[in-house]
Amino acid sequence: MMTNPVGKITQGQFSFLPELTDAEISLQVEYGLRRGYAWSVEYTDDPHPRNTYWEMFGMPMFDLRDAAGVMLELHNCRKTFPQHYIRLVAFDATRGVESIAMSFIVHRPAREPGFGLIRQEGPGRALRYTVHGYGTDRPEGERSGG
Amino acid sequence: MTAIANETRGAGPSAITDVARRYRAGVLKYRQMGYWEPDYQPKPTDTICLFRITPQEGVDPIEAAAAVAGESSTATWTVVWTDRLTAGDSYRAKAFRVEPVPNAPGQFFAWVAYDIILFEEGSIANMTASLIGNVFSFKPLKAARLEDIQVPPAYVKTFKGPPTGLIVERERLDKFGRPLLGATTKPKLGLSGRNYGRVIYEGLKGGLDFMKDDENINSQPFMHWRDRFLYVMDAVNKASAATGEVKGSYLNVTAATMEDVYERAEFAKQLGSVVVMIDLVIGWTAIQSMSNWARRNDMILHMHRAGHGTYTRQKNHGVSFRVIAKWLRLAGVDHLHAGTAVGKLEGDPLTVQGYYNVCRDSYTRQDLPRGIFFDQDWCDIRKVLPVASGGIHAGQMHQLLDLFGDDVVLQFGGGTIGHPAGIQAGAVANRVALEAMVKARNEGEDIRIKGAEILRKTARFCAPLQQALDTWGEITFNYTPTDASDFTPSAAVAH
Repeated sequence: MMTNPVGKITQGQFSFLPELTDAEISLQVEYGLRRGYAWSVEYTDDPHPRNTYWEMFGMPMFDLRDAAGVMLELHNCRKTFPQHYIRLVAFDATRGVESIAMSFIVHRPAREPGFGLIRQEGPGRALRYTVHGYGTDRPEGERSGG
Repeated sequence: MTAIANETRGAGPSAITDVARRYRAGVLKYRQMGYWEPDYQPKPTDTICLFRITPQEGVDPIEAAAAVAGESSTATWTVVWTDRLTAGDSYRAKAFRVEPVPNAPGQFFAWVAYDIILFEEGSIANMTASLIGNVFSFKPLKAARLEDIQVPPAYVKTFKGPPTGLIVERERLDKFGRPLLGATTKPKLGLSGRNYGRVIYEGLKGGLDFMKDDENINSQPFMHWRDRFLYVMDAVNKASAATGEVKGSYLNVTAATMEDVYERAEFAKQLGSVVVMIDLVIGWTAIQSMSNWARRNDMILHMHRAGHGTYTRQKNHGVSFRVIAKWLRLAGVDHLHAGTAVGKLEGDPLTVQGYYNVCRDSYTRQDLPRGIFFDQDWCDIRKVLPVASGGIHAGQMHQLLDLFGDDVVLQFGGGTIGHPAGIQAGAVANRVALEAMVKARNEGEDIRIKGAEILRKTARFCAPLQQALDTWGEITFNYTPTDASDFTPSAAVAH
């Protein structure tokens, strides 16, 4: 179990709040749509802080303007990957931004094994650090208690 | 307003066009030397400065403006024949407009244009040596202040700007859609490296994204820099493993010499830090050197504006912080302390918002209530992430989010470390308050009106937030700002 104050991985916009209900998720999606963002659903069983590329559950929904459509994709993803992390990501294609504008976790595995810190002693008192996911020693698809 | 300019235009002596008279040995009025050109149409490659000047008793404001133009470009106190070896007119800055400052007797705004040939490419040191060099000590002026500057695209493009910029910083940190959270380690002086690292670890594990060295933490007897860096990076990595988030701590590499600065920055890099920090007092040359270093080494460059208050705060003399912010964006820093409006340090809310816009805009529009006199095309150079730090706490979260939006680092030093239940609890209170406020805003709540209520409601499931509100909820710093915009927008100014 993770020992940080909320006992879970704290990536994304809302990890310190109680898990968002579907109605609350839908309101966030609507906010993003009002601002012209494109939503996508991403999932992973390797939530390492430097693992940038979670798997894409389909393409970013560039032309979708209805939150219900995003929620449908999310439900499909949850059904397919019940023991993975799933996040919603909003993309802003405005010149000078062209990057992610919102990102929050909307689904977690039942058990979050967290990470260990491996220290390799170097010259002087220097250390080299590796953050290692306890859940990632097993092959893809067999992780996160799944 | 323009009435004064027009009146004086005719009254005083104007530029001497007869060459023999112009260069006869002796002393001329600045306006006679060609530093006052009321009909001048600035070129698209000119830099325009707006000075606020307070001429000595009896000094004509137009002559004073011409003197500012002269002393910040080519003039010396007397005529020199060697001017005739040059295309002199190019090198003379030109005052072209003077207006009284509304509600400030004795003060005048003076617009001065500078040809692009005056400044070395990509050198803030060179530009500042002209614009805020001798001129600020000039005797005929009681006081002078550089209020704002418009830098032409042709000169903007000679700078590389922020090495990382706020967009790429967010991508590297994997943090989007909310302000970042930080805290300055306290007490700022006296902690050993080991104790210092403890504060870092608790703050980051509790939910902050960044911790920060204070401006005067370098390498004193109580904590040498290598010791600090080693303990801090252990804390950063441990917190990263405990949370699954990328974490950072601004390692202050400010030192006595540039060699020391580089040595410290290299060590920070070796240890895997994502960010290093410098103080404004290291000077423009060192800042640009460190900006290049940060580019080469994928490092976020944090700028602490230590010392700026000595010349930015008083309205009648010095340099406005909006000008400093523009120069720093060109010079290339990623983070810049830009005020809080609601905290313990100086700042009128609209004026502070003006600084934020200068940091973050793609194109800054004239905005007189926010103290922005000029349009500024930033020509796609990256955006600086402003930092709000100094006397702010969780109870102000709605005000901070409303004033500054998502692209800001909110730094609660005392407001984290001084929490009655400890540093982690302080961090939790801030992170929960922040996330709850962002969520509510996105859901369509008017946080200006309902902010306090949202905080109280959120505190029901978060004891640390309740304790923070109980401890600091009523603390405000309501003093009259010394640096509010003097502008009643008028047709004359908003031309």
